[in-house]
Amino acid sequence: MIQLKAPLTSEELIDLRAGDRVSLSGTIFTARDAAHRRLTEAINDGQELPFSLEGSVIFYVGPTPAPPGRVVGSAGPTTSGRMDPYTPLLLENGVKGLIGKGKRSEMVKNALKKYRSVYFTATGGAGALLSQCIKGAETIAYEDLGPEAVHRLEVVNFPLIVANDTAGNDIFQEGKAKYQIR
Amino acid sequence: MREIKSQEITDRVAQKLIEINLKLATPLCNSLEESLNMEESSLGRELINQLLENARIAREQSIPICQDTGMVVAFVRIGEGVRIIGNGLEEAINQGVARGYREGNLRQSMVLDPIFERKNSGDNTPAILHTEVVPGEELTVEIAAKGGGSENMSQLKMMKPADGPEGIMDFVCEVVEEAGPNPCPPLIIGVGVGGSMEKAAVLAKKALFLPLDYEHPHSRLEAFSQDILAQVNKTGVGPLGLGGRTTALKVNLLTHPCHIASLPVAVNLNCHAARHGHIEF
Repeated sequence: MIQLKAPLTSEELIDLRAGDRVSLSGTIFTARDAAHRRLTEAINDGQELPFSLEGSVIFYVGPTPAPPGRVVGSAGPTTSGRMDPYTPLLLENGVKGLIGKGKRSEMVKNALKKYRSVYFTATGGAGALLSQCIKGAETIAYEDLGPEAVHRLEVVNFPLIVANDTAGNDIFQEGKAKYQIR
Repeated sequence: MREIKSQEITDRVAQKLIEINLKLATPLCNSLEESLNMEESSLGRELINQLLENARIAREQSIPICQDTGMVVAFVRIGEGVRIIGNGLEEAINQGVARGYREGNLRQSMVLDPIFERKNSGDNTPAILHTEVVPGEELTVEIAAKGGGSENMSQLKMMKPADGPEGIMDFVCEVVEEAGPNPCPPLIIGVGVGGSMEKAAVLAKKALFLPLDYEHPHSRLEAFSQDILAQVNKTGVGPLGLGGRTTALKVNLLTHPCHIASLPVAVNLNCHAARHGHIEF
């Protein structure tokens, strides 16, 4: 298990390979569809962003509301592919790590190579389990979007698998090919 | 004439929605455990164990199994001899949805205008309702919290009669392979064949509500469902799409008579967190 601490640098990511297990700690940010649209508009209009993109890790998640006494509710990854159209611009602007579930487009995979960034997959549908690794949560932007608002999360030993690495490998293609029976 | 108070419907819908979002059904947990025996991938087994651990945490800590607590889909059977006192049936169910999602700290995942504004309705309503009027005085509500990730990967195809059973099987496998990791496999697959375009889609959804140990009463269709499952599990997609043998836990198939020119086939995918409940009044 490889230990990483967010924010990240390309140097820390360059040797990671699809299939590697990673335990991530540090500060990460949540954003899903609607927040991606707003982040993109903010970049294009030269407006100030709700958090610094440099070295940042974005987790595609819309958690359930925190029950009393908890920092967050259930918080597992949503389907990453819906964020594909927005992703290359975010990588160009310094985002280093992406966390979600499901496959990415060729355009995103190429951008990951170009900007030396990594897409990690977290276990889809394990929101209760993953929430145990979230020790702090604060809404920092787009509160009007409800479950799609941007949160800053403090995570400790968040379990991830490298899905798309800086060399263009893809764990979903590799895994499927290994077990397919023709 | 049997009278049922709308308040009772609202109360029980709210309660059931909280329950199914927090407690993964025992047959589903058992099926996941059984799949560990046939899963060849060690990573696949580890992921299935994570899902079982996730279900345990959700149950013990009263937090939802998945952050996508779903849109509410319900199949309602209402007897001709039933009169609902108070609010109408639809209103009674939607009030139950709003209350259950608020009180259960479940996520609000519905937007009102799907095209332009996409503004959240704020209470997870409206539910998608399919109502059937039947003889007698029964009222049953089969209710589901259906995740968006697996719904998005579902497909419908108007096939040619000449495509036959092989064509249907290939289409189901195509849908599963195209979906890959996105719908959170191991899947439960609902297949609706026949009827019209919309009938096939509703049948596929209805098939997802059938129990995991459902056996089709017609042996030929039961055998065909099992053949499809075996074929799907040869695709290699595996748990969470990372490769393996356990791509689906179950295929349920429902059919309906159709036009001489048609073979409508709908494939509705459900993630491993299939959340269904049965309410009988």
